[in-house]
Amino acid sequence: MKELKPAILMCLLFTVLCGGLYPAVVTGIAQAVFPHQANGSLITDVNGQAVGSELIGQPFTESHYFWPRPSATAEFAYNPMASGGSNNGPSNPAFLATVAERVEALRVTGVTGPIPADLVLASASGLDPHISLEAARLQIPRIAKMRNLSEDAVAGLVDIHTEGRQMGLLGEPRVNVLLLNRALDSQS
Amino acid sequence: MTFPNDLLQFLGLLGALLLLAYPLGTFMARVYNGEPTFLSPILAPCESLFYRICGVDRNDEMGWQRYALAMLLFNLVLFLTLMGMLLAQPALPFNPQGLPGLSWPLALNTAISFITNTNWQNYSGESTLSYFTQVVGLTVHNFVSAASGMAIVIALIRGFVRRTTATIGNFWVDLTRSVLYILLPLSLIGAVFLVSQGAIQNFSDYKTVPLTQSFSYDKPKLDEQGAPMLDPSGKPLTESVTAKEVSIPMGPVASQEAIKELGTNGGGFFNANSAHPFENPTPFSNLMEVLFILLIPAALTRTFGVMVGNTWQGTTLLGVMLFLFVVAFGVLHWSELASTPMLHHLGVMGGNLEGKELRFGLIGTDMFTVATTGTSCGAVVAMHDSLTPLGGLVPLSLILLGEIVFGGVGSGLYTMLAFAIIAVFVSGLMIGRTPEYLGKKIEVREMWMSIVIILVAGIVVLILSGLAMITPSAVASMANPGAHGLTEVLYAFASMANNNGSAFAGLTGNTNFYNLLGGLAMLIGRYVPAVSVLAMAGGLAGKKYVPPSLGTLPTDKFPFAFWLTLVIFIVGALTFFPALALGPIVEHLSMMGVN
Repeated sequence: MKELKPAILMCLLFTVLCGGLYPAVVTGIAQAVFPHQANGSLITDVNGQAVGSELIGQPFTESHYFWPRPSATAEFAYNPMASGGSNNGPSNPAFLATVAERVEALRVTGVTGPIPADLVLASASGLDPHISLEAARLQIPRIAKMRNLSEDAVAGLVDIHTEGRQMGLLGEPRVNVLLLNRALDSQS
Repeated sequence: MTFPNDLLQFLGLLGALLLLAYPLGTFMARVYNGEPTFLSPILAPCESLFYRICGVDRNDEMGWQRYALAMLLFNLVLFLTLMGMLLAQPALPFNPQGLPGLSWPLALNTAISFITNTNWQNYSGESTLSYFTQVVGLTVHNFVSAASGMAIVIALIRGFVRRTTATIGNFWVDLTRSVLYILLPLSLIGAVFLVSQGAIQNFSDYKTVPLTQSFSYDKPKLDEQGAPMLDPSGKPLTESVTAKEVSIPMGPVASQEAIKELGTNGGGFFNANSAHPFENPTPFSNLMEVLFILLIPAALTRTFGVMVGNTWQGTTLLGVMLFLFVVAFGVLHWSELASTPMLHHLGVMGGNLEGKELRFGLIGTDMFTVATTGTSCGAVVAMHDSLTPLGGLVPLSLILLGEIVFGGVGSGLYTMLAFAIIAVFVSGLMIGRTPEYLGKKIEVREMWMSIVIILVAGIVVLILSGLAMITPSAVASMANPGAHGLTEVLYAFASMANNNGSAFAGLTGNTNFYNLLGGLAMLIGRYVPAVSVLAMAGGLAGKKYVPPSLGTLPTDKFPFAFWLTLVIFIVGALTFFPALALGPIVEHLSMMGVN
């Protein structure tokens, strides 16, 4: 068994190199150059207290907030400790019934016409912080009415919190729901 | 209109891939040939130190049996250490959440999963694994399982290049060079880039933050043993709870994310894998992750061409891979854009966004899905279970074909070479000539090994899926009813036997049935082809060179690429069409029939 010695020693050496040195170097560079990103892109309030992350969505159920996408995380929606999707198949009757309920919940708030898919279909991570521009615009009349603001004022806030395509090309234009709702709160 | 934009993103990806794979492939050929490179001044002393400590002589050439033995022994040591780590998790450091050890079937499945480059996840990272396990255990395995695959394909290439010798290289040297010169530098760059986009990299405790809007939900009541309590009618008891704050998990994510893509491993730090915003924060990070997945497999075709002394040999294989990639992407993207008639009927507009993240758009999501299943990666940005039926057929088919659309690092190219040998053989039969490939006669031994490499995973998938269908507890694991449930099981075994690791994740995989039989599938699917490849390499190295004659089929020209593509389609369709017809195809037809 001439090869047993290198097998054990190689395992040990690679553990030191790839499991010790490599993550340590990456952590060092990350913390020195990109501390905000490396620590979770946290949002802080006026007291410097962390109140969430730009990248992790939060649940909003009340009518005076913009609603995020549905979330299928375990225990409760937008549970960061249990990221994941619904894994519902497209032909699953239970899934279609759930979508129908979500569409109905939007209809009772006065929404007519086609519904943007992101507003009634759950995300992959269950933590998706964004909704589409269409999904945000659809909710503007409701928010304006609940908060006694003009629709133009709310639309202005939506515009401010719209992220365009990255480098003008990648991904889709989108709105960060948590940032938008916090901006709403600080206005009224 | 997103069409011109989609096209631009897709062409941009392919352009960047070819542009980067070309120099990387040349560089890798120099590394494996032991020639000096621009990294040698820094890394050569480190490499020598490795050999000195381990007692390896870099000129000690191995025959195929010894090469295979070294590879298997190394993997056995890795398996035992990881298994120990998973079971002993609470006794080890860097465990701020105080997570317990894993049950032994789950630990066994996970350990096999990571040594075989599968990275199937029957666990949820954020609530199961400590930082120590993630970094010292899994990150290391991401590197070395990828490097093992690369070493094996390089040994096979040497088999084609060498003439009448008994040796195919030194496993320890190939392994060390793969990690030091290729995987580590690329991962370092990749990880820092991902952090710049928002991927996290820290060893902090999980962060508790207040919710901007608190809300109530029904929480299942648990008894003292932690089992759900039921009311007399058998329904779970719940109590109303108000959530005011949540915990956000932290950890050294970026360093693992980079090697997870570059080594086509695919085991996510979090349960949602690359869909999680901390693993894949922006459309740009997503595009780069797709590029990382495809980069080394694509570059290996160039390495192959350089090493065999005719780069068109590699380019021909690359062309076949590119063609299959474009076709697979086209079908998937078209199907997801079209969504389903049921959703249209409910008034939902736009593509199928169930189980997808908005920031990547359908285009970014679909590029990732094809890349991750055309290789042995298996990281996901979308929940494959929620794809449209024909959309889901694409990743499943790519896996069943043996992951050759760029392929896993190493394993993709050696499987593609096995297909090439079969293509050469079949064409040889047609014209009544002894088939040759790269100047080597293809004889009984090569044919046997090629057939084993290509069919072993398929045989395992079909037998185990069939076994699942007659086992009530395995059927109960399905999350979706009907044909879709069959697809979940088929996908699970396809993914494990081909060392992919992605899942139709609705299936409850953490049961003894799937943990143990899945572990067996992963072992057979990895090591039987790997040893067959080495056996073939040893045989080829011993043959003498046959110069091409008038009767030789040129394998570096377009007609061969076309022929090879046909052979791949025929072998794939003959093996899997019946199973696919009962799963995704029947689901699609019934979906269209209902409306």
